[in-house]
Amino acid sequence: MAMIEFKNVEKYYGNFHALKNINLEIEEGKTVVLIGPSGSGKSTLIRTINGLEQIQSGDLIVHGENLAKKKTDMNLLRKNVGMVFQHFNLYANKTVLENIMLAPRIVLKRDEKENRELAEKLLEMVGLADKGNSYPNMLSGGQEQRVAIARSLAMKPKVLLFDEPTSALDPEMIGDVLEVMKKIARDSDMTMVVVTHEMGFAKQVADQVIFMADGTIIEKSGAKEFFENPKEERAKKFLSQVLNH
Amino acid sequence: MINILTTHWSDFVHGFGITLLSSIIALIISMILGTGFAILEIVPNKLVNTIAHIYIQIFRNIPLLVVTMFFYVVVTQFVKMSGLVAGTIGLALYTSAFIAETVRAGILAVDKGQTEGARANGLTYWQTMRIIVLPQAFKIVIPPLGNQFINLVKNSSILAFVAGFDLMYQGNEIASTTFDTIDTYVVVGLFYLVITLPLSYYMRYLENKLA
Ligand SMILES: Nc1ncnc2c1ncn2[C@@H]1O[C@H](COP(=O)(O)OP(=O)(O)OP(=O)(O)O)[C@@H](O)[C@H]1O
Ligand SMILES: [Mg+2]
Repeated sequence: MAMIEFKNVEKYYGNFHALKNINLEIEEGKTVVLIGPSGSGKSTLIRTINGLEQIQSGDLIVHGENLAKKKTDMNLLRKNVGMVFQHFNLYANKTVLENIMLAPRIVLKRDEKENRELAEKLLEMVGLADKGNSYPNMLSGGQEQRVAIARSLAMKPKVLLFDEPTSALDPEMIGDVLEVMKKIARDSDMTMVVVTHEMGFAKQVADQVIFMADGTIIEKSGAKEFFENPKEERAKKFLSQVLNH
Repeated sequence: MINILTTHWSDFVHGFGITLLSSIIALIISMILGTGFAILEIVPNKLVNTIAHIYIQIFRNIPLLVVTMFFYVVVTQFVKMSGLVAGTIGLALYTSAFIAETVRAGILAVDKGQTEGARANGLTYWQTMRIIVLPQAFKIVIPPLGNQFINLVKNSSILAFVAGFDLMYQGNEIASTTFDTIDTYVVVGLFYLVITLPLSYYMRYLENKLA
């Protein structure tokens, strides 16, 4: 069974039709990269997966829960679906360690000792073992984003969403964040959905590439196939633009 | 002035104590009510928003004296209360409307990303509000909150109108018996400063410390 399944999903912002008849299945454990021009609906689509945006019709089934149903408990769903944002969104009033430990403590009721051990392990994994007591505003963007990834991982989610995780970073910071993401894609059985303009990352770790434009999915194919032999005209044009500069 | 202070020391101190007591109680109540109504004005529920909005508009736009008199003259017919109680309630409700507006502005000034990050992380609306948004909102509005607190202390002189035995009331009494009005009101003013000056410096200290 698919971990994430869109069936005839429609999304409107007021009168604006942001997602048009989306049909998509993402298998458990796969890494899917979502690309497309600005305003094509990538953020909108990824944000529907954890209920940050509501859909108006169709079915959206994530980890067995149908988000189209009113009675679906989003808080319950979000235990299993983490998200990493373009602007990190770390808790400004909490230390790095507290950022990571807060949700496991109050949402999962994880034992405090176990919680701290995991948080420290994750910080080490993202290369920031010495930053546990810093506040977010004392970190660089790249460091903040790695903390944000650790914060999501601490929940041990089934699905991890990334919305342009490196777009707000200075070029020299991007590599570290991508390394961490590659490590997760390789070593874990999490399902990852990544909106990004980093084509190198997509080529290396994506199982599937989805190309969107104007609120619809124009093309979805295996990563190798997509980059070597894109079928749709708009996808070809987009690829030549992002790859040749 | 020294003279009036020594001869009426216990009256002044008594009034000062009442003013301080009434201010502290009103401050606590108005912070709780103000924060509560600030939240009610922004929760995703139109009916609740409207009710909170009406509450705030009423107490923000009616003179404090009228609110206080309402409790002292009208409400007291149903629930007996002294001038001190009526005045403190009036002061608390009146101030809560201003604190609600201030705290609401603070909540709205907190980056929306904070809420999104927390909700995506699995926190509920209320957990997000309590643990992430409110602490940051209060920090942002410390300076205007400080002004509200100082206004509250000064406004507590309303008690003099309803036999509240506060500093202002005692001042009026002493002035009318001794006819030494200038010295009396200078002393009264100084006693208010004993509360308001440390308060304003403390708020400034907090502002710097948390910045
Ligand atoms: N909250 C909103 N209210 C109204 N319209 C919105 C809202 N959010 C997004 N939109 C519109 O929906 C469309 C898709 O936006 P979305 O942010 O999903 O695009 P995107 O593919 O992520 O673009 P980008 O690459 O610039 O991040 C855009 O036309 C945008 O203006
Ligand atoms: Mg976007």
